[in-house]
Amino acid sequence: MSVLNAALVGNPNCGKTALFNLLTGSRQKVANYAGVTVERKVGRLTTPGGLSVRLLDLPGAYSLVATSPDEAVTRDVCAGTYRGEPAPELLVCVVDATNLRLHLRFALEVRQMGRPMILVLNMIDAAKRQGIAIDMPRLAAEFGAPVVTAVGIRRDGGRDLLRALDLPPPPPPPAMPSGSDFHAEARRILADCVTRPSRLGMALEERLDRWFLHPVWGVVILFALMFVMFQAVFSWAQPVMDLLDAGTAALGQAVGTILPDGPLRSLIVDGVIAGAGSVVVFLPQILILFLWILALEESGYLPRAAFLLDRVMATAGLSGRSFIPLLSSFACAVPGIMATRTIQNPRDRMITILIAPLMTCSARLPVYTLLIAAFVPERRIAGLFNLHGLVLFTLYMAGILSALVVARVLKNRDRQEEHPLLLELPAYRLPNPRDLALGLKQRAVIFLSRVGTIIVTVSVLLWALASFPAAPAGAAGPAIEWSLAGRIGHWMLHVMAPIGFNWQICVSLIPGLAAREVAVSALATVYSLGATDGDAANQLLPLLSAHWSLGTALSLLAWYIFAPQCFSTLAVIRRETGSWRMVGITAGYLFAMAYGAAFIVWRAALLLGWGSNP
Amino acid sequence: MRLNELKLGRSAVIDHVEDHAAGDPVAERLRALGFVPGEPIRIVAVGPIGADPIAVGIGFTRFALRRAEAARVLLRDAA
Repeated sequence: MSVLNAALVGNPNCGKTALFNLLTGSRQKVANYAGVTVERKVGRLTTPGGLSVRLLDLPGAYSLVATSPDEAVTRDVCAGTYRGEPAPELLVCVVDATNLRLHLRFALEVRQMGRPMILVLNMIDAAKRQGIAIDMPRLAAEFGAPVVTAVGIRRDGGRDLLRALDLPPPPPPPAMPSGSDFHAEARRILADCVTRPSRLGMALEERLDRWFLHPVWGVVILFALMFVMFQAVFSWAQPVMDLLDAGTAALGQAVGTILPDGPLRSLIVDGVIAGAGSVVVFLPQILILFLWILALEESGYLPRAAFLLDRVMATAGLSGRSFIPLLSSFACAVPGIMATRTIQNPRDRMITILIAPLMTCSARLPVYTLLIAAFVPERRIAGLFNLHGLVLFTLYMAGILSALVVARVLKNRDRQEEHPLLLELPAYRLPNPRDLALGLKQRAVIFLSRVGTIIVTVSVLLWALASFPAAPAGAAGPAIEWSLAGRIGHWMLHVMAPIGFNWQICVSLIPGLAAREVAVSALATVYSLGATDGDAANQLLPLLSAHWSLGTALSLLAWYIFAPQCFSTLAVIRRETGSWRMVGITAGYLFAMAYGAAFIVWRAALLLGWGSNP
Repeated sequence: MRLNELKLGRSAVIDHVEDHAAGDPVAERLRALGFVPGEPIRIVAVGPIGADPIAVGIGFTRFALRRAEAARVLLRDAA
């Protein structure tokens, strides 16, 4: 049986994705277009007449004179020139019936491609409520293509479109002479076919924007929303994450009792199960953050937040869109980097991804608190500040300030034309639960399948490095010292000694690549404490303060502000940018900054006489 | 008068959009978004810091743009 290749095309905010979800349900595949970071969504549907349709949801575009990679993809696919994409046999052009003036102009531009097309008047329910009357037969005649209505958010809202798909494909619509004014033509058609009351529809937007865009109240509302979001990602996710952690540990133990002691058990328990555990533990944060972001985006608030924050982010050469990804990176860079897909400008998106790991994530806290507790005296400064708190604050600020510097340097390198804000503030809408659920599911699947596989593979690799070769019978010292990781650690000392690291730190940095907080338990292993995660820190505390110099501790803290000691972050960068080069650049510049900062701190500590053991 | 000089709550009619350089992509995009001669426009909000960016209502759509971008839009009949 033949399959009809159709593509959904339309302005951003025309409700195209809701319509796509309605038509294809969960039969969707999300991937990237080859070679670019533009998301490619394709779904399947069967019409009532039994026709099988492969429907491509093209990125929203304001114009086919493309100014972004998204729009270039839409233009090329519509033209049938995109490599690897079959030319669509039918273009389904979706317009918002309440905003025809803008959307019909784009539909005329699409019509110019000369492909068979159907014009879909979406959100027709809202248009009726606003008293907009559309003469459909006349519009079809003037436009030169079949016109149907749809309501993307209602269960049967795609019925007319499905029926239209069953009809034989319409002939290609007439094209206008080249150089015609699409605006003038859109206005002419609207004057002929549409009557609407004057400006009544804007009343709700008007009233809501008076609050949401208010210079004072708008900012207060924004901060309240951001605070709750940050709380949710930071602390509401924690109980679930602890549960998942405990579950993985219990599973590892259960499997451990079944399997005989040996390399296989170690591989399954310490390599595979622990690796998979470190993947699923991210899910609660990702789901909470994306539920929040999707709801903000669907409701139309996200562009308003970008409006309020634009000036602040402009100091870093970015736009307001970068704020939420960076804020969530304080909880964890993994969901933060996934959130950068709300940034349309590709350059801003790349810079945001590059600096997201500089936001101090929650996984650095165990390392920070251990080192601060071991080396910084508990003291009050000026009777007000706790010295521990002050050092922690400095570490956070160092991350933020260096991110600012990096962003500015990258901006200055870019001598291109100006990057405009120019952002549509769409109508407010109540988020639709089905669209939220589908969006969440897609993010979870992408993370588990594309990022998860990299994380598990590297976990097993790190496990192998730390386990082989095994220590000879009766050997003294911890087993890890005999392993490849131990040897690499000793070899690394040549590079790391100039920044004040000892071989124990070097060895623990290798398993610590799995996640920053793993470094604490890895240190415990290297010092053969054999402690469990829970009290590793407590046992390490006196040991470290006895064996390390203050300079070493400060240097390690400086290292941790920058070092990309988290390959989950690198794996998610690989997935989001589709390029290993970007991963290399991120890891390279962060390691260079980590080394530089630790070097400076260590040299300064030596000058101050903090370089020797107490 | 230019759009970046229009006060909050005031309306005017767009006269034309001016290119800052030959083939200015920002001006091109403004025209595609409906910033065309004869279109009424109104400032509906201004940003919290330095009153930048601005939010404008044009037709049945609202857009946020920076003042530097708005400077390309020439107005008449300010009211």
